[in-house]
Amino acid sequence: MSKGEPLRLHVPEPTGRPGCATDFSYLRLSPAGAVRRPEVDVAPMDTRDLAYSLISVIDAEGNAVGPWVPQIDIEVVRKGMRAMMKTRIFDSRMLMAQRQKKMSFYMQSLGEEAIGTAQALALNVDDMCFPTYRQQSILVVRDYPMVDMICQLMSNERDPLKGRQLPVMYSVKKAGFFSISGNLATQYIQAVGWGMASAIKGDTKIASAWIGDGATAEADFDTALTFAHVYRAPVILNVVNNQWAISTFQAIAGGEDTTFAARGVGCGIASLRVDGNDFLAVYAASCWAAERARRNLGPCLIEWVTYRAGPHSTSDDPSKYRPGDDWSHFPLGDPIARLKQYLIKAGAWSEEEHEETQKRLEAEVLAAQKEAEQYGTMASGHTFSPAEMFDGIYKDMPEHLRVQRQQLGI
Amino acid sequence: MTMIQALRSAMDVMMEKDDNVVVFGQDVGYFGGVFRCTEGLQKKYGKSRVFDTPISEGGIVGVAIGMGAYGLRPCIEIQFADYIYPAYDQIVSEAARLRYRSAGDFTAPITIRTPCGGGIYGGQTHSQSPEAVFAHVCGLRTVMPSNPYDAKGLLISSIENDDPVIFLEPKRLYNGPFDGHHDKPVVPWSQNPLGEVPEGYYTVPLDKAAIFRPGKQLTVLAYGTMVWVSEAAARETGIDAEIIDLRSLWPLDLDTILESVKKTRRCVVVHEATRTCGFGAELVSLVQEHCFYHLEAPIERVTGWDTPYPHAQEWAYFPGPARVGAAFKRAVEA
Repeated sequence: MSKGEPLRLHVPEPTGRPGCATDFSYLRLSPAGAVRRPEVDVAPMDTRDLAYSLISVIDAEGNAVGPWVPQIDIEVVRKGMRAMMKTRIFDSRMLMAQRQKKMSFYMQSLGEEAIGTAQALALNVDDMCFPTYRQQSILVVRDYPMVDMICQLMSNERDPLKGRQLPVMYSVKKAGFFSISGNLATQYIQAVGWGMASAIKGDTKIASAWIGDGATAEADFDTALTFAHVYRAPVILNVVNNQWAISTFQAIAGGEDTTFAARGVGCGIASLRVDGNDFLAVYAASCWAAERARRNLGPCLIEWVTYRAGPHSTSDDPSKYRPGDDWSHFPLGDPIARLKQYLIKAGAWSEEEHEETQKRLEAEVLAAQKEAEQYGTMASGHTFSPAEMFDGIYKDMPEHLRVQRQQLGI
Repeated sequence: MTMIQALRSAMDVMMEKDDNVVVFGQDVGYFGGVFRCTEGLQKKYGKSRVFDTPISEGGIVGVAIGMGAYGLRPCIEIQFADYIYPAYDQIVSEAARLRYRSAGDFTAPITIRTPCGGGIYGGQTHSQSPEAVFAHVCGLRTVMPSNPYDAKGLLISSIENDDPVIFLEPKRLYNGPFDGHHDKPVVPWSQNPLGEVPEGYYTVPLDKAAIFRPGKQLTVLAYGTMVWVSEAAARETGIDAEIIDLRSLWPLDLDTILESVKKTRRCVVVHEATRTCGFGAELVSLVQEHCFYHLEAPIERVTGWDTPYPHAQEWAYFPGPARVGAAFKRAVEA
């Protein structure tokens, strides 16, 4: 036996770094309309080609083409458009408020607005979403009051979570929005359990699970796929591949030379890979997956290909690890710009309406912020009483917590 | 009933009483559990309420939390407490915090049953007592029975409780009480009054300790198998020890503990778990904090050594009646 070459450790790198453009050819893209639409009862192993291609509906000219063009009322599309715009305006206002120290922290969803918005429109309001910290668009499109969101962000006297949670870690049961945890991926398996519970009770509700590309490396991701497959849980397993986990390129999460959708097929789950910046494709794929789940045909994994256009959070500076103009080169563009082009071409939107809507939503967000600030900000120090700190840990307060509360002098 | 039968009866009673109670875990369905604790339940209640799971502790606890958020009341099993660690993130970061972080929007009314403790030649990964890693977590309840009557009543209380409960079952006590005399034949629960268990519904309250053996000379704080070892040590040394079976480790019944120590003025804490930062340290701390002027001797701790649980050296590791009795003597002679 001949002696081989010395082994070398392979550590993936993004092609683009600060000062050097990204080569986006690693993204496996397909032309709009090119990918087939199988029946909802397709066998998981027969979705293999779908896991390695990309479902798009809106082409470069703004036309909706191919088998995935959804049956959707134009008013719903317009509602989606407004929700995406509102999400983006909300994000930019909150970013500013964080810089003004009115809140300690914020996370934008810039560039990812289509995914949560369109899926939420494809679901019923009593279907429970198990979001990460970057699906605020679900709350926006479900018309949860922005004032309540901002009160949570500012941890003020009207914060629904009583100042206990970091900003953006919302919890809104009545809007089908599960309590967000800082611990990544934990909610993915919980979503499967929620779907299993619905099946155990003979209910008709389904669960929508959310995770980012980076967090797929957590054990709970694989666990969720296994349980969802084993029990055919009525759940949509969403993977939002925005290419980045803080500073880490998706290749380090295991995305090199493969797709996250392919993980689903490997676990026996029907899987789709979809253009996450194409509102119509997101809506169509979400409807397909929801119908599959509702008809007891099992779970569906969807990889949404998108790009994290903004910084990871207000504590992050992406210019330290990726090109400054990266988003402008991302082949799938901007979800709002693409839907705007489609709507205008369909005669259901105009530049004037866009501008008016933008102004009206800006005013709405500003008014909500003003109202929320009346109840205090982190800067003003109007927060929940420290006495609240001891409450709600258990259903009834145990003696040791009563004593500790007294020791605090309240 | 044996402790196994009592635990099974508790689940049977609760599944009958509440449609939202579901039971699942590794091998608990068709087979009825590696310790027989769920035998017959799947046949009686069907596969949608009692079922086998993949070997994934994080998955078992994670889906239970999701089901709890939906409105079910899962009573799940981790095959050995030694294997609960892959679920630690779900238990600590999720189950324990869900009510608090969502301001009551969502809750996790789940019970996690898991066999614990040594004295069975279980070696490193079939003998551990990890109660301290749960007692330290705010939002959890940690419970451990020492006999069939309590096992059933405490398990029913745990399933009915709206907080997440870690329900630790000393597997050494599954078939009969064990006082540490491994060279003597095991006496079955059928010959012990605590093996008399009602068939129907009853509860043993959480957060309430039991005076297992009243006494005047010193107070023993123990739980699980160590309750029986402590009783043997009292019998063999002739020391009139008041043995308190904590039953609920945290939150615990501080009043019963303090009343006893203020009366006896001496205290020995006994547990199988390793010593350093074990639950005993919290008990010692609480007693010295509240009973300092009543104490006439340093508080003693008899525990497992700070080593992984060995196989061949089982009885040198396990705190048996000789070691416990020696501590009793030190405490009364100090």
